[in-house]
Amino acid sequence: MTIDAFIPLLVILPIGGFALTAFIGRRLGKGAHWIPVLVIFGAWVIAMGLAYQVLSGAAPLLSGSEDVHGYALHWFTWIPADQFVVDVGFLVDPLTACLLIVVTTIGLLVHIYSVGYMAHDPGYWRFFAYLNLFMFSMLLLVLADSWLVVFVAWELVGLSSYLLIGFWYRKRSAALAAKKAFIVNRVGDVGFALGIMAIWINTAAVDGIHTLNVRESIEKLLAQGDANPIPLFLTALLVFAGAMGKSAQFPLHVWLPDAMEGPTPVSALIHAATMVNAGVYLVARSNELFASSPSAMVIVAGIGIFTAILAASIAMTQTDIKRVLAYSTLSQLGYMFAALGVGAFTAAIFHLMTHGFFKGLLFLGSGSVIHAVHEEQDMRRMGGLAGKIPITYATMLVGSIAISGIPPLAGFFSKDEILGEAFKFGFYWVWGIGLFVAFLTAFYMFRLMGLTFWGVFRGPKEVWDRIHESPGVMTTPLILLAIPSVLLGLALGLPLGDSTLHHWLEPVFVHAEELLALPHEPYALAGIDGGLILASVTVAAIGVALAWRLFGAELGGIRLPARPEVVRDVSARPGLAFLYRASLNKWWFDELYHLLFIVIGGRIASALWWFDREVVDGTVNDVGRATIGAGRGLRRVQTGRVQNYALGIALGLIVMAGSYLILAGSPR
Amino acid sequence: MSNNLDAYLILSGILFAIGTFGFLARRNAISMLMSIELMLNAVNLAIVAFAAFSRAVDAQAQGSVIALMVMAVAAAEATVGLAIVIAIYRNKKTPLVDEYDAMSQ
Repeated sequence: MTIDAFIPLLVILPIGGFALTAFIGRRLGKGAHWIPVLVIFGAWVIAMGLAYQVLSGAAPLLSGSEDVHGYALHWFTWIPADQFVVDVGFLVDPLTACLLIVVTTIGLLVHIYSVGYMAHDPGYWRFFAYLNLFMFSMLLLVLADSWLVVFVAWELVGLSSYLLIGFWYRKRSAALAAKKAFIVNRVGDVGFALGIMAIWINTAAVDGIHTLNVRESIEKLLAQGDANPIPLFLTALLVFAGAMGKSAQFPLHVWLPDAMEGPTPVSALIHAATMVNAGVYLVARSNELFASSPSAMVIVAGIGIFTAILAASIAMTQTDIKRVLAYSTLSQLGYMFAALGVGAFTAAIFHLMTHGFFKGLLFLGSGSVIHAVHEEQDMRRMGGLAGKIPITYATMLVGSIAISGIPPLAGFFSKDEILGEAFKFGFYWVWGIGLFVAFLTAFYMFRLMGLTFWGVFRGPKEVWDRIHESPGVMTTPLILLAIPSVLLGLALGLPLGDSTLHHWLEPVFVHAEELLALPHEPYALAGIDGGLILASVTVAAIGVALAWRLFGAELGGIRLPARPEVVRDVSARPGLAFLYRASLNKWWFDELYHLLFIVIGGRIASALWWFDREVVDGTVNDVGRATIGAGRGLRRVQTGRVQNYALGIALGLIVMAGSYLILAGSPR
Repeated sequence: MSNNLDAYLILSGILFAIGTFGFLARRNAISMLMSIELMLNAVNLAIVAFAAFSRAVDAQAQGSVIALMVMAVAAAEATVGLAIVIAIYRNKKTPLVDEYDAMSQ
């Protein structure tokens, strides 16, 4: 028995854990976490085994491919309806293997962390049931080999996200945020559904045989070229619309910051490390489809890099610790899409993996901070926490350095690869904006560190006295996440220009890269590549230094005081004041959408409602009213007197006989 | 006996018209039943006349049979009709059909 026999267990275990916990979890009380944590541990073991087999090349070659190792497994046929056949099967290629590592590892650590974080919550069992449901959906999403199953998983992921954002449903803001996330996601999902339909229609263009299989359909679409009834450009954009929704790209980015209303482990798992990567995964999975349409690629890159700078600019001034991280997530996702758009697929997945670990770490760390200061999320009432919660501080510092792109931590390698390839592939504008975003990233992360951990505490004294480090069950996941945040870049990103991850993923992306005709210059550490690395490290360092100058720092013996008066001064300067207010108000996107969709959209809706009520329903009601009136009038005829009826019959007879006589008697 | 079919048919038509008028105009239920009998007999007369004037032997026999059949039905109908009228009369204490409006309810 080989390891691929265990692949179905990857989805059966979490859904089984969900069902068990949902039905008997309430009775288990404080022990409700055992089943969910153990099933995720089981899934983690299988996923690691699979990933090892696939990535080391020990797995067999996939059918019809010369160099992609992996497992393709047909499980059962879900819908056999003539040509519309939906097979539930699994595909584990190197891309899926990378996602499996991220999803199961972070998922497991977040499960463990939640044991501590949610300990006093009355919905303890419900939380774990939802977490398992999410893990099931996410694993199905990355494993499924049929578009329709991917879509089902896609929606399930959205559902579990909704349930977890609105976990504290008695809180009005949480319920609203859950609804917002769900509705904004629907907008993208419509695009994705249309995209799947377009693929389905396109596959039968030449030989008349439809297929929903992910690999087969894309191969067919490419082979058909211009014979596709629906242009590949449009198909790719529709699929990308779905990715934009889940991965919260502009203009569908508004739901993610609000999603921070959910419990912090949820923010870490779903809204930073895994679910929001689904869009990146989707585009990477259909890489050849995108590569066949360079204009679609440019749109992906444009939206990605625009989201990156937009979100980074907002993160500069937010005061809620989780919101800073949420906008940072948006910005990093923007990086990934920019990478996909320029054709640097491997770099995008690299950043997805490293970002998953360090952003998961930062979110869990922020949860630990929030726990320590008694559910306070406003950084203006924090400060000086470094000494009080040393493990959280140390791990978050690691995360911040990693995300800022300081070598040799993980974020440096992946971000530098994105920027470097954008430059080398000729997307200088992406590179330029990306470089500026790297500066902003370093700045807002160390602003966060400065406001939270350094300087003096600005909250109430009684809170200060009771600040304590989180229990071991929460700090252990932090430490375990800090390790890959440091080492993952070194492990996967070396040697530069010919990294391990490239070797793993090259077979998946090589066809798309050929389609794009990307330049393959030898890696030159002493030349252009070294220069690019120097540039990105320099801007990151400037960002860190500027944040230290403004918000203070305490590292070893060095102590820099925070200078709030300088911040106030700078933000009040004409020109900058506008940018400051724009950033603080998130560029008024919520207000704009309120105006567009609630005020103007509401007016249009009520006009249409009037039309529906008065014209459509009115017609129907008038027909009914006329019938009732006619009936009321005709009822008088029914006197109940037999002679009246007889008279009617006699008259009818006379009319019929008379007309017969007249018609039959008239000449033809 | 006249040799002209028209005479029989005209007589039949007059009888039928009288019956119809009686059925529509008389208020007494018994008179209405009698009018029905008159109409049936008018029709019977027409059938017998047609039969008698037909050249086909088959048709002559058939006409007589149908006429007998109509008489039997008329007798049955008169029986049932009278029974109903008596039953209604016991309830309503009147033979006048104007007062019979139970069907409107």
